[in-house]
Amino acid sequence: MAGPGMVDLTLRIRRFNPDVRPDPWWEEHTIEAEPNDRLLDALHRVKWYQDGTLSLRRSCAHGICGSDAMLINGRNALACKVLVKDVAPRVTVEPIRGLPVLKDLIVDMEPFFAGYRSILPFLVNESDPGDRERRQSPEERARFDDTTKCILCAACTTSCPIFWGDGEYVGPAAIVNAHRFVFDSRDQAGKERLAILAEKSGVFRCRTTFNCTEACPRGIKVTQAIQEVKRAVLFNRA
Amino acid sequence: MTTVHTYDAVVVGAGGAGLRAALEASKSVRTAVISKLYPTRSHTGAAQGGMCAALGNVEEDYPEWHAFDTVKGGDYLVDQPAAQLMAREAVDAVIELEHWGFPFNRTPDGKIDQRRFGGHTRNHGEAPVRRACYAADRTGHMILQTLYQQAIRNDVRFFNEFYVLDLLLTPDGRAAGVVAYELASGELHVFRAKSILFATGGYGRIFRVTSNAHTLTGDGPGLVYRRGIPLEDMEMYQFHPTGLYKLGILVSEAARGEGGILLNGQGERFMERYAPTIKDLAPRDMVSRAIYQEIKEGRGVDGKDYVLLDVSHLGAEVIDEKLPDVTDFARVYLGVEPKREPIPIQPTAHYAMGGIPTDIDGRVVSGPEETPVPGLYAAGESACVSVHGGNRLGTNSLLDIVVFGRRGGAHMAEYARSAALPALPDEPERPIAQLLEHLLGESGDQRVADIRSELQEQMFDLAGVVRREDGLRKLLDILPGLRERYERITVQDKGRTYNTELMEALELGFMLDVSDTVATGALARDESRGAHYREDHPLRDDVHWLKHSLAYRQDDGSVRLEFKDVKMGPYVPMERKY
Repeated sequence: MAGPGMVDLTLRIRRFNPDVRPDPWWEEHTIEAEPNDRLLDALHRVKWYQDGTLSLRRSCAHGICGSDAMLINGRNALACKVLVKDVAPRVTVEPIRGLPVLKDLIVDMEPFFAGYRSILPFLVNESDPGDRERRQSPEERARFDDTTKCILCAACTTSCPIFWGDGEYVGPAAIVNAHRFVFDSRDQAGKERLAILAEKSGVFRCRTTFNCTEACPRGIKVTQAIQEVKRAVLFNRA
Repeated sequence: MTTVHTYDAVVVGAGGAGLRAALEASKSVRTAVISKLYPTRSHTGAAQGGMCAALGNVEEDYPEWHAFDTVKGGDYLVDQPAAQLMAREAVDAVIELEHWGFPFNRTPDGKIDQRRFGGHTRNHGEAPVRRACYAADRTGHMILQTLYQQAIRNDVRFFNEFYVLDLLLTPDGRAAGVVAYELASGELHVFRAKSILFATGGYGRIFRVTSNAHTLTGDGPGLVYRRGIPLEDMEMYQFHPTGLYKLGILVSEAARGEGGILLNGQGERFMERYAPTIKDLAPRDMVSRAIYQEIKEGRGVDGKDYVLLDVSHLGAEVIDEKLPDVTDFARVYLGVEPKREPIPIQPTAHYAMGGIPTDIDGRVVSGPEETPVPGLYAAGESACVSVHGGNRLGTNSLLDIVVFGRRGGAHMAEYARSAALPALPDEPERPIAQLLEHLLGESGDQRVADIRSELQEQMFDLAGVVRREDGLRKLLDILPGLRERYERITVQDKGRTYNTELMEALELGFMLDVSDTVATGALARDESRGAHYREDHPLRDDVHWLKHSLAYRQDDGSVRLEFKDVKMGPYVPMERKY
């Protein structure tokens, strides 16, 4: 039984370790935690005091670095932004879907980053800016504010049923990052970027299931951003 | 099997300093970036408030004022020529980021907007000045993203999730390469290079309450220290006044820059007593000490060890537009709504002013004579230029990483163009292979997590905001015991694939090394300066201590200190009042 002010939490964790056996398996661990502890803290308690072989990625532990996206009770979230009190007494933790699992909660992120790289995720402006800043009004700046928040955690992309079923689809995160440049008044590569997104692997694969918006730990209106990019492709303008 | 890679330049670490250095170096020489994380996970991304540069976009400002504030903020332990250079280059550094697409907040006429920040003042301390360029409260995130975007554009070669564990030197002391452990496979890799730059960040994780990521364990400073290179000013560690209570998660100084105030348990705006002119915008060391004093004198909240940060009067619009992330942290982790109620905060271990000693071109310099180590470079928090001296001003870290990342990258490329590829020692990976074998093979009775949490407790209590001789002596008695226990740890995971338990064990080794230097430096410096506050020596002592410490590892593992003079300039040390 948990001590005063503490709760018991049972974590049901999907494990995989190619060094040990070829197929995944489930394991359960029960730990004691404070209600306000993060699920990441609970996973650490398992790793540090019960089973050192449990592997996961994490770094900042407060929702900024994007390392610890996981499938938590069937929904994508960052383990450092889910509190124990919201899942106790029992929680199921699995790796995010649609990317190859390498070990336990660690997946191969390369296909995800390849999608990101494909949309030219950088500002293109060949004009000479001089030695001061390019001007941009607060309204122009606000136009793409939401999509600058992306931390590339892959929670959106790996919650998308189209992405699970189709390895070609660039996925929501790549489109979010395209949006960030397409709607930046300083960018000049809109046409090129929109042409990439008009391809069969691009934005029209989206079936507007809104999983991505629900999954985003940064509160980005992902589906809306995708819709805006679709319209930009259709009307060929940013 | 060990794979050998050969490059002209190798950058270790892919935060702001490492990425900026790599962008510069890769213009002219074959460059690789090695990081134990994916680049976008680096802790640069957690920086919030801004990056200072005297653009003068919203009010009169000059680099000279910025330089003065940096020197005074650092309590005169700053090397003044370096601070002057950083303040001068700040303007171009901000403009360059803008040209690369950085989404700065804007003024109504479309210029980069600027806001107030702690210790940044008009005309040598008259009043706070609007100097910090920013993107809401995610300035570091946007710097990291912008630099990573440019790295993709320029096709920079990355080795992600490769953990660098050793520095290779030639017998005559030139940098020759590094040894890295590939997390995905458990394989060792040797990277042979003409020039190597360390940009591995800080080591806040040696303290119990910290704003730092789990991965900030002093790897870079720790491994060069093991190779006989000294670490500079390690006793100078900054505690940020406003970490979320118990968690240490950073609540940006921008909250006070925008008008937020600190209140004690009696509802008093106590900073009016400690810094009558700039109040809540005093430098971080002073505010953290003020909070410590309020709590010690019984004016914490409900007798507990925290005070309050109130932004509720700023209005929902300012909070949502300029402080969205930090107020969200309070909501998520403490269940506090900052629009209606104040946020419980306490000082949190935040930033290492000390680190690997370098000159203004990022060259690592050893000893009081500052002899360069050929081919070896450092930048960012892992380095000590020193532009932050005894206490870094808010926003100057983001500035430091781009200014000195660029300079280090430029110089390492220039060096690599003229240097021959140094020969590697025989079996260069051998010491690390043996270390891994030791860690995986032993089945001792000690757990990494136990030793680490004890280290963090003791460092926070005895080498924290306030230090005393007796506490530091006690700490120096405790540390060898922790190291002895570290020799007897067990790593349960014997596998090769993503053995993150092994990684944590290796990290703890560096944390112990770095802690030795922090504690030894803190005991030796029997004065109070900047973030280093000695209750038993509360005054600054310019006669004896206007100098940098250099901590060397001796063969028996103990620390030997040397000292070198501070590079002075136009600013004569005076009493630090705000």
